[in-house]
Amino acid sequence: MTALLEIRDLKAEIAGKQILNGYDLTVKAGEVHAIMGPNGSGKSTLSYVLSGRPGYKITEGQALLAGADLSQMSVDERAAAGLFLAFQYPLEVPGVATMTFLRAALNAQRKKRGEEEMSSPDLIKRVKELAKILDMDMEMLRRPVNVGFSGGEKKRAETLQMMLLEPKLCILDETDSGLDIDALKVVSNGVNQLRSKDRGIVVITHYQRLLDYITPDVVHVQSAGRIVRTGGKELALELEETGYARYQSEAA
Amino acid sequence: MGNAPTTPARKLTDAEARLAEIFAMQQSAGAPQLAKLRTAAFDAFAKTGLPNRRDEAWKYTDLRALLRDVKPLAEPPEDSAKQSARSAAVLEGVTSRRVVFVGGYFVPELSDLADLEAGLSVVSLSEALAKGDAAAMTQIGNVGEVDDPAFALNTAFMGEGVVIRVGAGVCVDRPIQLVFVAGAQPATYFLRSLVVVEKGARATLIESFEGETTQEYHVNAATEIVLEEGASLERLKISREGAAAMHVSTFVASLAADAQLSDFGFNLGGAVLRNQSFININGQGAHAGLRGANILKGKEHADATLFLDHAAERSESKALFKSVLDDSSQAVFQGKILVRPGAQKTDARMMARTLLLSEGAQANCKPELEIFADDVQCAHGSTVGALDENLIFYLMARGIPQVEAQSLLTEAFVGEVIDAVANRSVRDALSALVSERLRTR
Repeated sequence: MTALLEIRDLKAEIAGKQILNGYDLTVKAGEVHAIMGPNGSGKSTLSYVLSGRPGYKITEGQALLAGADLSQMSVDERAAAGLFLAFQYPLEVPGVATMTFLRAALNAQRKKRGEEEMSSPDLIKRVKELAKILDMDMEMLRRPVNVGFSGGEKKRAETLQMMLLEPKLCILDETDSGLDIDALKVVSNGVNQLRSKDRGIVVITHYQRLLDYITPDVVHVQSAGRIVRTGGKELALELEETGYARYQSEAA
Repeated sequence: MGNAPTTPARKLTDAEARLAEIFAMQQSAGAPQLAKLRTAAFDAFAKTGLPNRRDEAWKYTDLRALLRDVKPLAEPPEDSAKQSARSAAVLEGVTSRRVVFVGGYFVPELSDLADLEAGLSVVSLSEALAKGDAAAMTQIGNVGEVDDPAFALNTAFMGEGVVIRVGAGVCVDRPIQLVFVAGAQPATYFLRSLVVVEKGARATLIESFEGETTQEYHVNAATEIVLEEGASLERLKISREGAAAMHVSTFVASLAADAQLSDFGFNLGGAVLRNQSFININGQGAHAGLRGANILKGKEHADATLFLDHAAERSESKALFKSVLDDSSQAVFQGKILVRPGAQKTDARMMARTLLLSEGAQANCKPELEIFADDVQCAHGSTVGALDENLIFYLMARGIPQVEAQSLLTEAFVGEVIDAVANRSVRDALSALVSERLRTR
């Protein structure tokens, strides 16, 4: 069976500076992977390279989503193909109503996949269901996208988008940053509802705390732009004890 | 705004010579109403001639260079032109009271002047003058002191327009829409309107200018508005002129105590568009909100020039202008705030924001402040930039294609000025116009 995400010896740079140095990672459908690592180890870079952010350039190697070469797709094509990046810092989009944004995103993806568009009443109904799971006030969703939202509200909104769009592969970039414990539980609950045999989830985090709520199948340690160790969920606990110092010196 | 006296030796441009000829013909055809006012205005114009780039107020719109010839004064429109005006400037979902002018002439059969609300009077300018409407004849040309050659020309040649009066305390819900449609022939239109909103009254006025033709034509329009104490007016001016049209428009308003003016000018087409506003805040606690939006492409040029005269205490003015410029289009924003001695607690703010969609587009912003009171707040600012790449990435990362992401963000940029329009159906119609215009760019 083809892996959902297959990264082979990936090298990537920003503005001429190499950040990923031969990255290998395979995520199969149904798996939850955690990528942990110290600040500056290139965790966010990985998420941006995969989603196609301008300025991030693959120089060697390959990243395949369900067998398709991501580097050959535009940012929106990657999203339609099933890649979702939950941003570490979701952006405020003044003047664009949240429902307009959700409708545009969902229907653009469906159109690209040759599926039928979702009607406005169905969309509103679905968004209401999701808002309830994520303990969000519908009033918030009548505002422009993320405008005036607290850090926690932005992460809930990000999770709502992910649940609505039902991607094949979810990448959560430090979703726990800026979250209090209640919001962390609510967001984790939303993510856990997305766990399924057809879907892969990659949780990028600095702290073990998030993994108390989203239990990973595999834990990787990233340092200096590549994975330096892989283990089970107990590896996260070990890191909490020992810290990253050991891996930083190893990589150096 | 003053002009240095020109040496008598300057040779008139062809256009200036032609204007003098037409004025002489107008005089000899039998003195029209307001003959004295017209003559004084033409003399004032003749002293300076057409304004050029050395006149500070016309620095970026050199009318002397732009107006190479003068199109003839319009002849009465043909029936076919009237017929096609039936559907002109219709705002989707807005039930307005339409007052229609085709090729500079009032067309009663296309206008809806039946069953006017009690206290509302709407009469064409020619009719008001023919009837000798004494109040109108004193107010025309006297709403504010305006020393400007384009406005002087309008006064000298004013042809048709409307006189509207909203009686004291009357609230007119249905928007009054003046529809000015260009005729099929090259022509010059001098349009002039007077709107008086009496004490405590309120109304919504829409002025729509449209030209389907690719013919060259010139519009010189002027609207004078008197807001008496506590009166409130929302005014919208939508200019969607033909591709070769030159449109110069002057807006003069006087605000008495606690009057509220909300003005929104929307430029959607025309080769050269100049909107100049002279806002005289004469009463305490009056508020003027002035907003504008330009969505320009090709070589279109739009100039918004504001003159805000605060002459009373505790008055406010808020100006916000937004431009979306594609191709090699140009937008000009000039704003001058004058705070007169004694106009304490004035709060005046101006902001111009420009979104450049192309490297060839150009924005010029020039604020001027003259403050003669010591307890006031005045601020001005301008920004010029491109769409935020990070936002485009965020939208695309959710599956929205690049072009659609750009349109959504551009609509959002313009949306800020449209959201402030109080009349909901008009606001929705304007949003639809923005989307339509951006889709066809």
